[in-house]
Amino acid sequence: MISLRSVSKVYAGDATGNVLAVDSLSIEVERGETLVLLGASGCGKTTTLKMINRLVEPSAGEIHINGRNIADLDPVSLRRSIGYVFQGVGLFPHWSVAANIGAIPALLDWPRARVAARVDELLEMIGLPPAEYRERRPHELSGGQQQRVGVARALAAEAKVLLMDEPFGAVDPITRDGLQQEIDQMRRQLELTIVMVTHDVTEALLLADRVGVMDAGQLLQIGPPAEIFARPASELVARLLEMPRRQTDRLHALAHPDAPQEETDL
Amino acid sequence: MSAQLESQLAQLPAYFASHVLLTVGALAAGVALALPLVGLAVRKPTLAGPLLGAASVIQTIPGLALLALMVPLLGRIGVAPALLALILYSVLPVLRNGVTGALEVDPDVLEAARGIGMTESQLLLRVQLPLAAPVLVAGIRTAAIWTVGMATLSTPVGAASLGNFIFSGLQTQNSAAVLLGCVSAAVLALALDALIRLAEVATRRRDARLAWTSGLLLALLVALASWPPIAAAQRAGDRPRVVVGAKTFTEQYILAELLAMRLRASGFGVEKRASLGSTVIFDALAAGEIDVYVDYSGTIWANQMKRRNTPSPGLVMEAMTEWLAKTHGILVLGRLGFENAYGLAMRRDRAERLGIATLADLAARAPQLAVGADYEFFARPEWIAVRDRYGLAFREQRSFDPTLMYAALVEGHVDVISAFSSDGRIVAFDLRVLEDPEQALPPYDAVLLLSPQAATRAEVVRALRPLVGALDDARMRNANKRVDLDARSIAEAAAELARSLPR
Repeated sequence: MISLRSVSKVYAGDATGNVLAVDSLSIEVERGETLVLLGASGCGKTTTLKMINRLVEPSAGEIHINGRNIADLDPVSLRRSIGYVFQGVGLFPHWSVAANIGAIPALLDWPRARVAARVDELLEMIGLPPAEYRERRPHELSGGQQQRVGVARALAAEAKVLLMDEPFGAVDPITRDGLQQEIDQMRRQLELTIVMVTHDVTEALLLADRVGVMDAGQLLQIGPPAEIFARPASELVARLLEMPRRQTDRLHALAHPDAPQEETDL
Repeated sequence: MSAQLESQLAQLPAYFASHVLLTVGALAAGVALALPLVGLAVRKPTLAGPLLGAASVIQTIPGLALLALMVPLLGRIGVAPALLALILYSVLPVLRNGVTGALEVDPDVLEAARGIGMTESQLLLRVQLPLAAPVLVAGIRTAAIWTVGMATLSTPVGAASLGNFIFSGLQTQNSAAVLLGCVSAAVLALALDALIRLAEVATRRRDARLAWTSGLLLALLVALASWPPIAAAQRAGDRPRVVVGAKTFTEQYILAELLAMRLRASGFGVEKRASLGSTVIFDALAAGEIDVYVDYSGTIWANQMKRRNTPSPGLVMEAMTEWLAKTHGILVLGRLGFENAYGLAMRRDRAERLGIATLADLAARAPQLAVGADYEFFARPEWIAVRDRYGLAFREQRSFDPTLMYAALVEGHVDVISAFSSDGRIVAFDLRVLEDPEQALPPYDAVLLLSPQAATRAEVVRALRPLVGALDDARMRNANKRVDLDARSIAEAAAELARSLPR
């Protein structure tokens, strides 16, 4: 579905030289799969994501979606066909919730009635009753509601591919948990192909079909969460997983005070 | 006094109307020019600096100078140069606020807009400009107020405005007229500001009725200003048209009215362009934008012909008549009969105490004395000639508005002033005009000048010829005194002067 072939990105740097943000990266994302790119900030995961909808142009390599090289596509229509959700949400403050969700269909010149119907459908899906929320302004929503509207906006034009950049980074843990479950349901229901970027290891392990661990622009390891968790391929990956592992052990110990320790394993 | 106020009020609708048209026209064009520039600056941030810089440079040019610069640039006087200057002036606040507003838009919102597939122009029109709107509109309101204020300065380039009250009022010591001009301009500024604010609120609230109301009010204002009975009060109507010019002092206003009276009596429709700058008016006559005005032989001799010598009045007249006809096609209809020489004057008591009767006497005392003059004088060739011939070096040089200059002399802030020999105030304040034994100053006979086109119109020549030789020094000085000291209106003084002329 999405195929990154030896993709690199070099940013013109300062006096110390150019910065290699992404270093000859190759990844295949299957249809309906959720791939989570995991890594510390500056590892190149966001740059990788933005190259998929051409917010950033690669310095070398090719990216194909559905067998077509995206370099041959018009970036504007490419972006309209791909959902994009990011931590900043970026709802248009001068538009109503309905206008925000209907933004891409409006850009695509859908008939008005079809846009309205689609907006109501999505509002229902994200659990905001249309009659009550349609005409609200973004500032009248909670953080979680804003992020839901952001997701609805990304999906409005029936996008089959969703790019998510730390989508839950700005919301509180309880809301985050709810949103994560909603996304999990939504992607199964809509058969979405998702590429998501996060630095939250637990989030990556819980949401992903496969996790790609990145460092310094390179892919260290890619595989199902259980495999990554069980068999980290390198010292770096192991260290990254250390904290969630320790937390899991402690939680387990709390829940089963009598059980012998060191036996917890996934 | 009340008759004077009445005659001023009669002109208010016409001046107000042209002020409205100038301001609204310039503002509309200025905003129309600034908005694409805002777009350009936002899309290409490297251009933002130079664009804002250029607009700021225009802004630093003093308003009057910017207006005056437009005259040689466009080669004409009137509404066009005024409008151009006002447009340039109104661009900066709109541009600056628009760019600031657009650059302050939340970067997350911009990333989202690009991420969902907006083109750069959709981003600008649907996101950046609407979000910048409140700041942008504040800029438009600033521009509106500045433009109303600066439009009062378009009088000297020949565009009628509320400035006509202010300029002529200042020159003729008519504070009621000055106040009328200022108050009217303030009312217009507040009204425009309120209208723009109303439009902004309407846009923000998406209130169609409010938007219609503000649009209608603005349309009504413009329609009223262009309504013929108001706007054309100054214009000629169907009758053959003659445009009479005047410089910015009392004598010129009176003479222009006198010429207008004669022309009207002969069946012409007369338009007046008063308060023109002294080189602007000559160029306007040569270009045929005005048909007739009164100038002074010495001024033409020194400023236009660039002569430095000072031969006898007869020779100056002869050479000037020939030169004007040959180089500009301007007809010198003749001498009006009086002289209005530039001279240096002192309070009689002070001159006597210091023993000064001539410019040569003055030169000896000059290092202890202060000299005051009107804005032009120190830049004029006549001053250079006098200064160099007599070796005048004063302790201090100060420029004044002519009205205030006399007060400064009487109160002793300066010892010597530049003065016009026909000025009624010379007698009234008991001043002594110092003699010029070396004849450094050229003769200043008042001469009636006709544009090349007007010179070919026999009817115009016939209507004006009786004025030649009819105005002696005493008559002119008396008419000036009626305005400057007795606070009569220009129209009254001109009518009295007309009645006093030999039949």
